[in-house]
Amino acid sequence: MTLPSAYTEAPVRRFARGDRVRVKQTHPPGHRRTPYYIRGKPGVIERVCGAFANPEELAYGFDGEPKRVLYRVRFRQRDVWPHYTGPQSDYLELEIYEHWLEAA
Amino acid sequence: MKHHDHSHDRSFDEGAPSEYEIMSRAIQELLEEKGVITSEQVRQRMEQFDADFPYRGPRVIAHAWVDAAFRARLLEDGKRACAEFGVDLEADRLIAVENTPDVHNVIVCTLCSCYPRALLGMPPSWYKSENYRRRVVREPRAVLREFGTVIAEQVSVRVHDSNADMRYVVVPMRPAGTEGWSEERLAGIITRDALVGVTLPKA
Repeated sequence: MTLPSAYTEAPVRRFARGDRVRVKQTHPPGHRRTPYYIRGKPGVIERVCGAFANPEELAYGFDGEPKRVLYRVRFRQRDVWPHYTGPQSDYLELEIYEHWLEAA
Repeated sequence: MKHHDHSHDRSFDEGAPSEYEIMSRAIQELLEEKGVITSEQVRQRMEQFDADFPYRGPRVIAHAWVDAAFRARLLEDGKRACAEFGVDLEADRLIAVENTPDVHNVIVCTLCSCYPRALLGMPPSWYKSENYRRRVVREPRAVLREFGTVIAEQVSVRVHDSNADMRYVVVPMRPAGTEGWSEERLAGIITRDALVGVTLPKA
């Protein structure tokens, strides 16, 4: 299976497509774009989406600079939901900002 | 228009309205009582949303079905491919996800109701419902079955949560029996729900 490789224009980035990562298990207050259900879960970088103004700052009227690198991360359903009953090959994909990811 | 009177615009949320719905309703009623706005203005604004974001998805996808090079460009960079086709996606970035014999894609926004408005217009009420948003990430096959869509076990179901800055559209498989059809005729069988991934187009 080939995956599109668009949006790789963020030159300074920690991760590349195929890298194994884990979403940080942390619960800071405020407006966050990382849903609770995905925190702490392991996944693989599916693509680099580019760099975007940080929505966690924009939400409070700041300019969102410096921009943050946004990744598309692929998770196995069974890694996200321990009781998932569907096939092994079912996946969930989310957009996760770099500061929410650590190498796994 | 055909896509706006879909039979399953049924309410997924049949329980009591949420606190936010009640607050929003109360504020609107107060503003109307005080003569700041009228319900007609609210209705007109909603109509304007529809006019601002016309429903253009089927044209784009039908073109991708007949033009392999365009399809490849759409999958590579959805925004650029749509612009080339005369559909300006404004600030949205678009990721087109392709259904294949091995993969079925479905789109949700668990945090709110992000939706490819520039392509598909305003989202249907079920897409915004807590029921859909909460369940499709956790039991997608059960939710798809409720839409009458049964995905075989050997096909990978891939759920896309549009939780940040990208928007998504599903490129469904062109059904058998549509060989030789014009783009216009193909566009006629491409429904909004197929582009969200909860149904499959039928010839």
